[in-house]
Amino acid sequence: MRYLLVEDNDQLANAVLDRLTLDGHVVDRAPDLGTADDFIATTEYDMILLDIMLPDGDGRQFLQAHRTAQRNTPVIVLTARSEVSDRVSVLDLGADDYIVKPFDFSELEARCRAVQRRRSGGASNLHKYGDVVFDPLACTLTVNGREVRLRNRELRLFEIFIAAPDQVFSKSKLVDRLFSYDVDASENAIEVYVGRLRKHLEGAQAQIVTVRGLGYRLSLS
Amino acid sequence: MNTPILLRGSIRRRLIIQLLAGAALLASLMFLVVQNYARDLAGQSQDEILSASVTAILDSASVRDGDLTVDIPYFAFSMLGNISDDRVFYAITRNGDFLTGYSDLPKPVASNGILPRFQTAHYDGEEIRMATATRRLSVSGTPDFVEVTVAQTRYGLRQQLAGISQTVAGFGIGFFVIAAVFGILAAQSAIQPLRQLAGSVSRRGLSDLRPVSAPVPAEMESLVGALNGFMSRLKTSLSRSEDLIAEAAHRVRTPLTTVRTQAEITLRRVDKPENRQAVREMIRAIDESSRAAGQLLDHAMVSFRSDHLEMEDVELTRLAQDAVSRLRPMAELRDIDLEISLPDLAMVVKGDPILMQSALLNLLDNAIKYSPPDSTVHVTARRTESGAEITVRDEGAGFPKADMGRLTRRFVRGGNTDAVVGSGLGLTIANEVARAHGGRLFLTNHSDKGGACASLSFPLA
Repeated sequence: MRYLLVEDNDQLANAVLDRLTLDGHVVDRAPDLGTADDFIATTEYDMILLDIMLPDGDGRQFLQAHRTAQRNTPVIVLTARSEVSDRVSVLDLGADDYIVKPFDFSELEARCRAVQRRRSGGASNLHKYGDVVFDPLACTLTVNGREVRLRNRELRLFEIFIAAPDQVFSKSKLVDRLFSYDVDASENAIEVYVGRLRKHLEGAQAQIVTVRGLGYRLSLS
Repeated sequence: MNTPILLRGSIRRRLIIQLLAGAALLASLMFLVVQNYARDLAGQSQDEILSASVTAILDSASVRDGDLTVDIPYFAFSMLGNISDDRVFYAITRNGDFLTGYSDLPKPVASNGILPRFQTAHYDGEEIRMATATRRLSVSGTPDFVEVTVAQTRYGLRQQLAGISQTVAGFGIGFFVIAAVFGILAAQSAIQPLRQLAGSVSRRGLSDLRPVSAPVPAEMESLVGALNGFMSRLKTSLSRSEDLIAEAAHRVRTPLTTVRTQAEITLRRVDKPENRQAVREMIRAIDESSRAAGQLLDHAMVSFRSDHLEMEDVELTRLAQDAVSRLRPMAELRDIDLEISLPDLAMVVKGDPILMQSALLNLLDNAIKYSPPDSTVHVTARRTESGAEITVRDEGAGFPKADMGRLTRRFVRGGNTDAVVGSGLGLTIANEVARAHGGRLFLTNHSDKGGACASLSFPLA
């Protein structure tokens, strides 16, 4: 996905940028509204992450102009304001959602996913791997014409695997990606979700293989 | 919230008392003056008649054949009878010797000329008015002094005076009553602008701090000026404190977001289990502090808004739907289903939507946090006898029985929550919001399934 991050705080922007890049996304960062306008004029984005307090104006003005110009890119507002009324008003102005700083990355991911699912309106973005068809927006996995609905963690786990087939992921890395840090999730929990995915993949060419002592990978049998 | 107002006196009462006192004083002054004047007038006319009578008698005195003759004319007494049936007395002396009449009439005062002299005396137990005059006659060459005294009782005069007094008193009372009515009306209308001002200020919405612009009497200029000045200071300080809250949130939370994100990235790059554990603990500590900062700010916002409640119509089913869709992504993240079942009727409550939303989000957030994976959080709303109720139920461990009574206190967390990041303010916030709206927060555990049940109840509008 291609993100536009409009955020004036350098440290925060770099952290978000690093983190999104690490997940395989492409991110452009605009430190102010002027730069953001330049980016928008030349590039098509899948998602805009918009801060409210910016050096050359209020993010809400940008949002309003964005909607007036009938641009469709979804916008998630990053707000530090604790006032709920602020958050509500950004929704009225046409934001797709908002997230309160400091946010947990999994929350941002979840909100992006929810926004995109809402926006896609049923249009899907299919990934094929062997005889498996994966639709992350519809949360479905189709194996030999049999469609299985994935729960959120199964979906995220499969997303990790399918983004890099044949790459080995250690249990601990998978724990980081799958669970928020507010629970002391054990690595055993990963086995549970891997087990579920394996069940869904029964009879398919694509299989999740255990690499002893290292972790798991997705491969074609 | 309201400090009792110390009252000292009342402008209206003071005005009325002053106006009434003035009216009473004027009325009694009028009464006294008119009564005195009437008394003088009546006395004067009696004196004149007495004097005329005395003169008539004296005039009839003549010297005939060297002897003194006094022929009292009839009209000399009849004119006195005009006044009323007062008794009339007379005495005639010649050179100090009693001639005829009532010998025991009090002695008249000594003469100082030919003009009649008047005096008031007592005779036969009654007050009488006496007129006396002296005439000098010449009897065979020697001067002879004839002195005539006519006296009359004063019944008639008193009666007349009593009549006049009554009338004047009537006038006085009438004057007082009319003045009193005008006084009360004047007092009323004098404080009318004050009442209007008070009314227009108290009818205002809570956040309406505009200056008073309606015209007021000149005397109230300084009051309204002070009021407007006060309101503008209040407005400034309110917006300053709101800004401060927002600014503090920004200042505290933005660096925390950076630290947290960097820590997450670091965790991805670190392989050694002990380092990973350290970074995880860092993230957890950051979560604790950022959540505490957030909740403290939310709590400050709730306390602030509860003190300045801005009531509007809030539809509870809509509120519940909004809150659920807001937190659905967070629930999905943990594979938790949010199940919402709402009655097919509108439940309108008077309240501050921002506060109510905040209370409900806190309950939902708790339910999601404490739910085991792959479970369901149920959100229901129903009408109760006294109002409307939204209940959030999870399938987790429930509230620990021992802590049930104190969970709504600040910074108190249940004994079974160690593994979950929390600030101990969520239920406090929900409870304060409910109370500010005349509602309540009920905490129970589901009877058969054991999950925690938190209900917010509000009285219906």
